[in-house]
Amino acid sequence: MIRLEGVGKTFAQRGGAGYTALDDIAFEIGKGEFVSILGPSGCGKSTLLNLVAGLERADQGSVEANGKEVTSPGPDRIVVFQDHALYPWLTVLENVAFGLKQKGIKKKERRERAMEQIRAVHLGKFADRYPHELSGGMKQRVAIARALVMDPEILLMDEPFAALDEQTRLLLHKELEQIWLNTRKTVLFITHNIREAVTLSDRVLVMSTRPGRIKKEFRVQAARPRAPGDSVLHHIESQIMDTLAAELEKVAKEEYGDDYTLEKSPLSPSAAHNLGDGI
Amino acid sequence: MHWGWRFPSALQTMRTFYDGMADGQLLEATLGSLRRILIAFALSCAIGMTLGVLFARSRLLDETFGFVVVALQTVPSIAWLPFAIIWFGLNDFAVVFITTIGATWTMTIASRSGIKNIPPIYLKSAQMFGTGRGLRLFYQVMIPAAIPQLITGMRMAWAFAWRALVSGELIARGIGLGQMLEEGRSLGDTSLMLCIVLVIAILGTISDHLVFKRIEDRILLQYGLNTAKA
Repeated sequence: MIRLEGVGKTFAQRGGAGYTALDDIAFEIGKGEFVSILGPSGCGKSTLLNLVAGLERADQGSVEANGKEVTSPGPDRIVVFQDHALYPWLTVLENVAFGLKQKGIKKKERRERAMEQIRAVHLGKFADRYPHELSGGMKQRVAIARALVMDPEILLMDEPFAALDEQTRLLLHKELEQIWLNTRKTVLFITHNIREAVTLSDRVLVMSTRPGRIKKEFRVQAARPRAPGDSVLHHIESQIMDTLAAELEKVAKEEYGDDYTLEKSPLSPSAAHNLGDGI
Repeated sequence: MHWGWRFPSALQTMRTFYDGMADGQLLEATLGSLRRILIAFALSCAIGMTLGVLFARSRLLDETFGFVVVALQTVPSIAWLPFAIIWFGLNDFAVVFITTIGATWTMTIASRSGIKNIPPIYLKSAQMFGTGRGLRLFYQVMIPAAIPQLITGMRMAWAFAWRALVSGELIARGIGLGQMLEEGRSLGDTSLMLCIVLVIAILGTISDHLVFKRIEDRILLQYGLNTAKA
């Protein structure tokens, strides 16, 4: 499980004044829970994940994982990065076995356990290939296998499917859900895709930007495995959309200037234009 | 003025080559040069990689001595030969010394940038999988990640070493191609001189194409960096 309390993080900026990326973040994730953190770009959600992973240190507050204060990266909290971070000089099998090698496990057992995970992500035929010979979706599956083979308590996923095309992403959503149902790992999933967050998670934490705070929490109480047509999912999705609208405007104002306003119209543009002519 | 002897014919050159090989003199000189360059190359790779890694890992060293290395690289290695002669005498050691110097700085700079350009995410994930920050991280992640640049650095270092070697041998004593070239000049034997130049060119081409380029191509293909061919 993961527990954050009063976590803050400030980055030094040109000109002296620090930029507050995270401010007073507090939440708890129970064992075996699948929680997503959703927010616009630049809201500090990846920083949050790095704190839990131990790749960065918080300036204020405490970050706890598995009952211990996080001080450094460790094999109990494995990150699946957006750009997979597979080693190009190792084959798929060697990449997956890399962590086992560091644990001092013998070559034969390493091979068996790595192969088991590679088969679980349906890449048995590609074990001896190098990462550059695989497609984006396949690389991400290898990254997932590499994480699972370590049998971590916590799986941290940093926008793992953001760079993939829509079809591949949907396929991987299904596979990830299946893996999660089988292994019941605690998952912290970072994304900016509302559909993705709602489809996969038990809970969705929506973040606000500048400074990054947890704005609202949504509990997704829908049957698993999730069906794309589930009305519960659609309902929560539109609620999150409303919550995020204010944040989107804030981001747009930062980027385009203060006069930018997000136009809101209760009518669809064509219906408004034709005065309901076609109804 | 007679120009004929100053420009050897192809036939003359080939005969000289054959004779030189037959009585073993040319072969001996070639082996002598190869021995020197291999020693110097091994030394410069070892020194260059060590320095490069130190510069990449220590900012203090990089900002003090790193600058000196860039300055040293601009000095043609033959400029150190007078020093080498005073320190070691006109011998083998002096030639190996300047050949090593000629290749070391290139190797240092290449390995420094090779290590510095490793994507930080490789190092982060390595620590996550439990390599720690020490030796295991170094030889399981940092060295392999820097290999493409290290190989390119070696290829350049080899070329620099050849240049330094031949110019060193021209002046210093000891059996070698440069020395033979100088003998050819003092005897007025231009066919011998041309023959030596050809041997140097052929050895250079063979070592570059059959050794370094092959390794480089294979590495680039394995790492998926060779986008043009892959």
